[in-house]
Amino acid sequence: MEILVCMRRVPDTSENEIELNVAGNDIERDELVYSVNEADNYAVEEALQIRDRVGGNVTVVTVGGEDDEEVLRRELAMGANQAVLISDEEFSGSDGRGIATILKDFVQRGNYDLVLTGVQADDGAAQVGGMLAAMLDYPFASLVNSITVDGEKLKVSREIEGGNRELNEIDLPCVLSIQTGINEPRYVGMRGIRQVASVPISLLGASDLGVEKTAVGEVAAKVRRLDYFVPAPSKGAEMLHGRREENAHKVLELIAARGGLK
Amino acid sequence: MVGFYSSLLSSEWLVPGRNLFLTIHVLGIVCFAYIVAKRVVPLVRAQGDPRFDHPWTRLGRVLKFWLGQWKHPRYKFAGTIHILIFAGFILLAARAFSVLIVGVSENFVMPGLSGRTGYIYNLVTDYASTVVFLCMVVAGVRRLVFKPARYAVPAKYGKSHTPDAVFLLGLIAILMVADSLFAASNVAGHAQRGQPAEALATLSLPWMLQILIGSMPLATLWVLNVTAYLVHELTFYFLLCYRPFGIQFHVETSLFSIYFAKLERGRLKPVRWNVPDEHLDLVKSFGVKTFEDFTWKHMLDFYSCADCGRCADNCPANAAGRPLAPRFLTIKARDYAFRHYPVLGRANNGKPLIGNIYSEDEIWSCTTCGACEEECPLLVEYIDKIVDLRRGMIDDGNVPQSLQKPLKALESRGNPYGRMEKKRADWANAAEFQRSCSVKIFDGKSSAGILYFVDSITSYDDRMQSIGRSTSRILTHIGGGFGILGAAERDSGHEVRRFGEEMLFMALRDHNTDAIKASGVQRIVTADPHAYNALKHDYKDVPPVEHISQVIAREVKGGNIRFHRVENEDNVYTYHDPCYLGRHNRIYEDPRAVLDAIPGLKRVEMKRSRDRSFCCGGGGLMLFYEPKEEQRMGVLRVRMAAEAGANVIVTACPFCLVNIEDAIKVAGLEGEMSATDLTELVDQHLTREGCPEKAKELETTTCGG
Repeated sequence: MEILVCMRRVPDTSENEIELNVAGNDIERDELVYSVNEADNYAVEEALQIRDRVGGNVTVVTVGGEDDEEVLRRELAMGANQAVLISDEEFSGSDGRGIATILKDFVQRGNYDLVLTGVQADDGAAQVGGMLAAMLDYPFASLVNSITVDGEKLKVSREIEGGNRELNEIDLPCVLSIQTGINEPRYVGMRGIRQVASVPISLLGASDLGVEKTAVGEVAAKVRRLDYFVPAPSKGAEMLHGRREENAHKVLELIAARGGLK
Repeated sequence: MVGFYSSLLSSEWLVPGRNLFLTIHVLGIVCFAYIVAKRVVPLVRAQGDPRFDHPWTRLGRVLKFWLGQWKHPRYKFAGTIHILIFAGFILLAARAFSVLIVGVSENFVMPGLSGRTGYIYNLVTDYASTVVFLCMVVAGVRRLVFKPARYAVPAKYGKSHTPDAVFLLGLIAILMVADSLFAASNVAGHAQRGQPAEALATLSLPWMLQILIGSMPLATLWVLNVTAYLVHELTFYFLLCYRPFGIQFHVETSLFSIYFAKLERGRLKPVRWNVPDEHLDLVKSFGVKTFEDFTWKHMLDFYSCADCGRCADNCPANAAGRPLAPRFLTIKARDYAFRHYPVLGRANNGKPLIGNIYSEDEIWSCTTCGACEEECPLLVEYIDKIVDLRRGMIDDGNVPQSLQKPLKALESRGNPYGRMEKKRADWANAAEFQRSCSVKIFDGKSSAGILYFVDSITSYDDRMQSIGRSTSRILTHIGGGFGILGAAERDSGHEVRRFGEEMLFMALRDHNTDAIKASGVQRIVTADPHAYNALKHDYKDVPPVEHISQVIAREVKGGNIRFHRVENEDNVYTYHDPCYLGRHNRIYEDPRAVLDAIPGLKRVEMKRSRDRSFCCGGGGLMLFYEPKEEQRMGVLRVRMAAEAGANVIVTACPFCLVNIEDAIKVAGLEGEMSATDLTELVDQHLTREGCPEKAKELETTTCGG
């Protein structure tokens, strides 16, 4: 099975103290450390496990700049067969639809049976997977938390409200957005990354893909970010500022006081 | 007297059976040689391990641990029994060989054992075989009636080992009786025929048997004599060839195991021996994945384990109900070796060990506290094997999710919490603290003599920062100037390495080494035993390092540090030995000396202290690991302190403090029991000379030199 995983590099929320910049239109990025978007990492692991069961190839792709090579290399170290970096100045300022357009042109150049994305990027809007499927006219399933290959079809289960699951059959080729927790991604250490240090990463630009310039980039973006802000605590929200243990006791008391604990 | 011994052994009665005896000898020896050769096969396929250095040191250790049975008295009863059996075996070795040879050459006398020496040797071995026989009875009764808990085999590890143990005890008992009966029937025969018959040692087993059979007809004595000989010979060779199939193989292998045992404490084996760091990228596979990835010495350990269960009896992971018992780590590997390298048939190897004989949780459960290695009478090594197995899992990407985040954070931020590098020295910059003590951060321009290596937990953990502040105040009080690396410091990598992530460890080590060298310091002090062990044993080319307790003890002795009376005289203190200060580096007395220097401080010892200290739950990455366990090690430890009658646990390690403070809460002893670090206690009781205001002023100006 030829599997493509679309992924992104994001500021690692567990290793950064995210603060707004002075202008208030973005986060302070000077001292951030980046890593593979968590859900995308699960998608790559799932692709590798499917490949190891039924054979085939796993390609990882990202739309970005040269800094993004770092995360592609990490996924190569995990075991992906190829990595592709799509990068072009024309693409900067693209909204979700623009990114989906670029990826659509890339997918159409290849011969992929299955396209996976993470359920959403830590700083994203969970929109690219669905749009990509629509543009390709592929079936789509979101929030997928298990995949079984069944001939030309897949059986995928999805998380639905209340922790329940539903099981769907879906025709190939298709696009799936992968929920975290679907598997246990393998660890990639420095040694793994060093071992793939010389593996070439394909670099593709707008002209290589035949992307229509009017469909991507800032000019085509129909969604524009207006502001970045920390929401003001609303009324009724009580912030606890003590030590963790004290807070835990306080929370217990509060719940008990409101009749939540019997 | 001349000829006494030879007349005992020379047994014309055996002449008719000479050919039979010779056949059994040859068969027995050939069988044993074949089995041993088969047992050596995996050792030949194993990884290299350079253990041929320091022959004199190694011989000395053979004298101490093998001949001297050094570790055995740690278990008084079983140890005494073992020492008696061991001494008996050593004494009886020459006698056993003489008896074996006499069957083929009836006038044989072991060189050096003729005449008076032989007479004395004979009397001594009469007693030796008696003592060994009695020990077999006692050991058998112990196994069958008293059933010490540490011999039990939990169902998940297979069947009870008792039948096999009792079977082996029985065989040795038979050997002793047969040997004694042989001697007794010889003497009785000589006596009846009016030949000179020497005295058997009074009250010994042969002596008693001789009284029993002395009046039997000569023909019966002849039958007894030949039967005893045959039984002795057959049992001897059966034991010889059966031992390599089980726990008694240590009779043959222990000498080699102890000679080749690891000499250096606190150090880990490299990924591959004789492969320099810069060539590690060329090594195809890291760590132990299949049995053949173990070194030959580690395989020899598997053969040598005597299944005494002392390791598991002292293992905190085992006590807490984690799925790890060092004993079975070895037993399972040995059984694997026997299955996959069978005596008959071809070797069948190469299967991964994880998922086959070991579980992932089993290997992650170890805190590398070293209690098992401290206890093992045969000096079996465990930590290196655990770390090698972890290296293999890391290499395969097989790492619990709970550990992946901190490992990633260590890679990108140099600390497991993912906190920003620039905030590493925030603890020292707190305004309130800076009023009493300012800590200098090395900037590469000016230099001070001493580097205080803080490490991650003391730098970032709100509670543990107090250790950093107390340590700084103590160093300031001592004077001479000190500084910290601040944002340039990275995690020491001590647990990174012990969790098997060698490349990440190397990156952290290289970064710190450069930063330390750039600071130009002459020595390093740390309050974290894990950092201490890393800097001392894992790093190369850094200045000498001391733990703060050593520094304080020296200053107390020299009179530079004096204490006022203990603040709460009702408190009863106990000192908990951190594994990496105590067992791994043998610093037991300095922290105790410091505590005892505080006037009025009442201190008690826990039953488990010094080299038998009980791990608090482990440091570094172990704080992130989510073990499968019935209870926390820390809770067990806190209960031990309560049992000793203490209400304050003093330790000298930030990880111990985290674990013990948590455990006090979990055990529901909050308010009754508390924990503190040695540096906090010292800081609290320091007598700052002269007027307090002046002292404070002085501190601010001299602090950080």
